[in-house]
Amino acid sequence: MNTATAIRKQTIAKAMSEALASEMERDPGVVVLGEDIGKLGGVFGNTGGLLERFGTERVFDTPISETGFIGAAVGMAGAGMRPVVELMFVDFFGVCMDAIYNLAAKQAYFSGGQVSCPMVLMTSVGGGYGDAGQHSQCLYATFGHLPGMKVVIPSNAHDAKGLMLAAIRDENPVVFMFHKALQGMGWLGTVAGSITDVPDGEYEVPIGKAGVAREGTDITLVGLGITVHHCLAAADALSREDGVEAEVIDIRTIAPLDRETILASVRKTGRVVVVDDDYLSCGLAGEVIASIAEAGIPLASPPQRISHPDIPIPFSPALEHAVLPNAEMTLAAARQSIGERA
Amino acid sequence: MSKTNQPHRLWMYENMVKSRAFEDAIKPAYLEGKTPRFNMARGPIPGEMHLSDGQEPCAVGVCAHLRESDTVTATHRPHHAAIAKGVDLDRMAAEIFGRDTGLSGGRGGHMHLFDASVNFACSGIIAQGMGPALGAAMAAKLRGSDAVAVAYIGEGAANQGAFHEVMNLASVWGAPLVIVIEDNGYGVSVSKASCTAVSRNADRAAAYAMPGIHIAGNDPDAIYDAAGEAIARARRGEGPSLIEIETSRLEGHFMGDQEAYRPEGEKDRLKAMDPIPRYRERLLADGIDAAELDACEKHAQQAVETAFAFARGSALPDPASAFTSVFVERTTA
Ligand SMILES: Cc1ncc(C[n+]2csc(CCOP(=O)(O)OP(=O)(O)O)c2C)c(N)n1
Ligand SMILES: [Mg+2]
Repeated sequence: MNTATAIRKQTIAKAMSEALASEMERDPGVVVLGEDIGKLGGVFGNTGGLLERFGTERVFDTPISETGFIGAAVGMAGAGMRPVVELMFVDFFGVCMDAIYNLAAKQAYFSGGQVSCPMVLMTSVGGGYGDAGQHSQCLYATFGHLPGMKVVIPSNAHDAKGLMLAAIRDENPVVFMFHKALQGMGWLGTVAGSITDVPDGEYEVPIGKAGVAREGTDITLVGLGITVHHCLAAADALSREDGVEAEVIDIRTIAPLDRETILASVRKTGRVVVVDDDYLSCGLAGEVIASIAEAGIPLASPPQRISHPDIPIPFSPALEHAVLPNAEMTLAAARQSIGERA
Repeated sequence: MSKTNQPHRLWMYENMVKSRAFEDAIKPAYLEGKTPRFNMARGPIPGEMHLSDGQEPCAVGVCAHLRESDTVTATHRPHHAAIAKGVDLDRMAAEIFGRDTGLSGGRGGHMHLFDASVNFACSGIIAQGMGPALGAAMAAKLRGSDAVAVAYIGEGAANQGAFHEVMNLASVWGAPLVIVIEDNGYGVSVSKASCTAVSRNADRAAAYAMPGIHIAGNDPDAIYDAAGEAIARARRGEGPSLIEIETSRLEGHFMGDQEAYRPEGEKDRLKAMDPIPRYRERLLADGIDAAELDACEKHAQQAVETAFAFARGSALPDPASAFTSVFVERTTA
């Protein structure tokens, strides 16, 4: 199967590594660096095979020195290369954020556009597997809040490949988040819906465009990453059990946020539930709802948001699964929204 | 060291055995619900599990000198250090099982063990314990106590910025801090040799004007001697030291690790050098009675069995408890 149109089922991990390989083939300026991304192929499988194919000149296993190597990626990007650098878990941004939000994100602006920063920061997000509060966060809003970076997160393998291609080709820093529950690593368990058909050839999924994951007329469910799958499961149940057709929007790009696609859907349905697994307050779900409010769209019932409450992510499954957004919570919120009037 | 009947050597032996028995009890419990297809999210103990098999000498050789009032910060691989520091074994097991009787009611799990009664804490970000250990050392110094602090880190953490900042600060402040590097040769899959500019991290101490001691052989007695000096020095107010211990990780980085990155035969070679049977042999050769060592083993095994029974017999926490302890109430006016 080597024609440009061939289609195969793939995991997000595989789709990411395929996109990386294809861009490395096309552009000698693309290099990949990070912890355990070489020999191991990435803790989350997204750099599998790259070291064998491109060698140690372009695929660097780094020491545990994020401040140093992410800073170096900014410098490489400024010097005309296209580094793709991995921060193994987004939770680790605490040791290296300066290079990300004060350097990468501001290089273009401070230089009046003279120096760009075409780098990609890949980083895993999300919990649900008992890894506790320093290995389960999402931090969508943290990254989305800071100007100068684009932030994307695929909900499926098709989008993962296309977004990665677009991210590498972008002239600006792109934070490429990938959700552990969707990654397709055997040892983590994977939401089946994330494994999708992936075209063999090159294609881009545009950064800054949300997707419509399911069309519907009665209520809009907005999610990203894993919560798209919660929304789709809720939409299925609504259709089967309630005769309600929900539209599901996949945010896909956190920054810049595609408000238009969301607003168009809510204008049509008049009801909205936003689901994200980041912390609630000052969060992405609130940002989406504020945009709907600002647009003056009349709603048939109050907008609802489901997010992780404002507490550290607990370890015990008895606690974590009680607070982590899921399909049941999404369905309950949607039913409440349908049953209520504003 | 070849004198016989030294109580600290029996203590070290018993605690090494206890630590190994603890990890041996964790293994099947962790795999419950995760077979035939390994899925980290499943079973009574979800999440990552970093075992300390092989690294027990680093825990006992250092902690044998510590008092309750001394502070230890440990890493994502904390069980051996926690046990040697005297963390409540029942509540530690219960925390790892996510039960309401756990050290923090199931909020933290295996990478976030806190036992304030013995001044022990650990965490999951590399080199993260360095700062808090320095702070605890300075708190002791400023209050005129002779308590000390020990920061355990892996050799991979010596390439993290926090390591270098704290080394400098500790030296400038003359803090009663001992930094212990457990060099097991790997950070996940990346070998120390491939990512570290110096072959011995102890050499880095010179850059911060503190003693740097390198200990080969994963030997509890040698560690005991070196740590004794460094800790005594800290108690005397003479400042920090760095101790680098060559040790071995007898399991994967975490449970489920395929370890394909290891050279052929490496693990067998390491297992053949398992420090626990070696130490038993040495103690016997030094004239310690086999019956005494058997008794240590029995105590250790019993303590672990009791702890696991306590953990399994404890309830899961009430979901509402997820919302408590985010803040604590003010206790002083
Ligand atoms: C700042 C940071 N970067 C990366 C990680 C991911 N990580 C967890 S353990 C580990 C390897 C640590 O190696 P070492 O310090 O030698 O300790 P060991 O695992 O060998 O005990 C890495 C890279 C992390 N937890 N924190
Ligand atoms: Mg190590």
